Amino acid sequence: MTTVSQNRPTAVAPRLGRGSAPHKAKRDWTGWKFIGPFMLIFAFVLIAPVVYSIYLSFFKDQLVGGNSFVGFANYIQVLGDSKFWESLGRVSIFLVVQVPIMLLLALFAALAIDSARLHFPAFFRISIFLPYAVPAVVATLMWGFMYGVRFGLVANINDFFGISLPDPLSNSWVLASIGNIVTWEFVGYNMLLFYAALRVIPTDLYEAAELDGANHLRIIRNIKLPALRPAIVIGTIFSIIGSFQLFNEPNILKPLAKNTIVTSFTPNMYAYNLSFSGQQYNYAATIAIIMGVATAVIALVVQNRGSRKEV
Amino acid sequence: MTIRSTRRLRRGAAALTGVLALGLALSACSSAGGSAETGNADDIAKALDTETTITVWAWAPAVEQIAKDFEKEHPKITVNVVNAGTGNDQYVKLQNAIKAGSGAPDVAQIEYYALPQFALSDSLVDLKGFGFDSFSDKYTDSTWNSVNLDGGVYALPQDSGPMALFYNKAVFDQYGIAVPTTWDEYVAAAKQLHAADPTKYITNDTGDAGFTTSMIWQAGGQPYKTEKSTDVSINLQDAGSKKFADTWSELVEGGLVSPITSWSDEWYKGLGDGSIATLTIGAWMPGNLESGVAQASGDWRVAPMPTWEKGQAASAENGGGGDAILKQSKNKLAAAGFLQYMNEGDGTQTSIAKGGFPSTVADLNSDAFLNYESPYFGGQKINQVLVQSSKDVVKGWQYLPFQVYSNSIFNDTVGKAYANKSDLNAGLEAWQKATADYGNEQGFTVKAGS
Repeated sequence: MTTVSQNRPTAVAPRLGRGSAPHKAKRDWTGWKFIGPFMLIFAFVLIAPVVYSIYLSFFKDQLVGGNSFVGFANYIQVLGDSKFWESLGRVSIFLVVQVPIMLLLALFAALAIDSARLHFPAFFRISIFLPYAVPAVVATLMWGFMYGVRFGLVANINDFFGISLPDPLSNSWVLASIGNIVTWEFVGYNMLLFYAALRVIPTDLYEAAELDGANHLRIIRNIKLPALRPAIVIGTIFSIIGSFQLFNEPNILKPLAKNTIVTSFTPNMYAYNLSFSGQQYNYAATIAIIMGVATAVIALVVQNRGSRKEV
Repeated sequence: MTIRSTRRLRRGAAALTGVLALGLALSACSSAGGSAETGNADDIAKALDTETTITVWAWAPAVEQIAKDFEKEHPKITVNVVNAGTGNDQYVKLQNAIKAGSGAPDVAQIEYYALPQFALSDSLVDLKGFGFDSFSDKYTDSTWNSVNLDGGVYALPQDSGPMALFYNKAVFDQYGIAVPTTWDEYVAAAKQLHAADPTKYITNDTGDAGFTTSMIWQAGGQPYKTEKSTDVSINLQDAGSKKFADTWSELVEGGLVSPITSWSDEWYKGLGDGSIATLTIGAWMPGNLESGVAQASGDWRVAPMPTWEKGQAASAENGGGGDAILKQSKNKLAAAGFLQYMNEGDGTQTSIAKGGFPSTVADLNSDAFLNYESPYFGGQKINQVLVQSSKDVVKGWQYLPFQVYSNSIFNDTVGKAYANKSDLNAGLEAWQKATADYGNEQGFTVKAGS
């Protein structure tokens, strides 16, 4: 047995380890054939670009002086870049405030629709979900028009009631306005995620609870919420990723608020503008890698915490 | 998510095409032919008599027609005109193609403010090699100066934008306001108008890099200096810059400029209903007013740009640009032939007919041009004002070799002053610092401040 594996140090098939006869040791490629096409695409569209980005992040290509290897200099520079930290801080505030609000709204909507106390639950389900079907670009344009203080909905409300609402695109309100758009877009998606999880709870659990005299709040607390935990973890992870990658909404609102939404408003916008208007591809790649790692770490932490509680 | 992955994909693609282009470049070394970077009129004529296809990136409306006329004259040449975006959108694509080593057009439209960036990074062909430096007398001083960089000629001017004051006469008459001839009078008019009707503003401004640099230009500022193509100095607090910022801050701080962004729907609406009463802008504006603000036909007039010293005429260029030949081009001789036709030959007439304001002296001084009475402007001979402005452009202005990026971060810095209605000088200093940081980052030696 040991000799076999020593003779074939590269063989990975576990069968060999079983000490079977040599003629059975012939490698079986069937599995690889199935997974091959996927691996090929995976390598091309995921591995290769990531590796290339990492490669780029170790260089510095200047308009004067050309390309040179700089080691970790780009990483050190990003970590000391106040614009990067400002943008990261901005999406972090966004994450801490917007995500809980959105998930609570989604949870409330899912529980309400699942409670069987609503008339026309299908109508509510589809109408809450509908904004998700609107492309983010269109949704942002639409909200951008509504936010207008001169010709938009805000202007109309001001005129009609003779009041003066704060400008939603001014410095102090713009992040909240973007949060409002994102919440509007994604409550439906998360609601559906939670609702699907609620539907798979066996109904006999409810019957048993009712026989034991549990009221609705009790059922929610002791049956529905525990059953929802995996869905909530997934929803949270998606939302964290979404927040860190915030790009569409601020980038589309920028022409309407060019003095408040700066080119480094979010890390993604910063990387985008660095590479496409500043030709700083290497620096942008570094930011992308750092953000990718940071997002992955936070998502992992959330996942671990979420699943630990579940046990 | 999508942005990130497409960005990575693009990088991957860029690397691939880069490798491919390297191979092509190596194999192309042997066959010089049409890709020569020098040649006389005969060489160009010969190239135009050879089956060739050239690609032109331009957004100027006249180029399509010019290409058709050119193909008629030279049947062996095919000209593909591609609108790769206006201004900055096109520069981004152009810069990416240059970086990738392939995919750039033979000829590209480049505005004067962006030209140094492409010329000094060695992406453009020096047109002296084709003898185009002999055209210097045909163009106005300011436009020729804009394409003449570091001893080379990197584009032929197509249009120009000497500035003038476009004003809504109906509004000025209604409130009995005199047309300002100095910037002090302009500020006074702004106050008078806004006091008379709080919905009306002298102009709109939410912070525009092109406008700001042109205003500093007129005030005699020379904030950017480039020597030996890599030694740059920036001083956005020199006398001219300060003069502009001090005066304009008064308008911004006092809320006397309408917070509407140029080229937006609201802007056109404001120009039409009198709530934006003036525009200080390039001479290419009349066509835009005629098509975009048709309802105000007859209301608008053109006056010389207000000055800093009473009676001392001065103006600046705002916008306008030329066309350049890319080093990547494999058909440089044919490209040169087309370029000459478009911006020195018969193409100039097509440009003018399509609303472009010429940069060629002969056209500017032709009687037909000077005496044209514009019905939109109530029969005023507007070109007399505009041509005079082209003669009054202050000399000695230079843009940065990375002006495109610098302008893209204008609103991150000076924009804050607009958003907070505070002093523009502080914004200019922040802009100077961010710009200098970028320049140093890109390997230039940048000296910021006086």
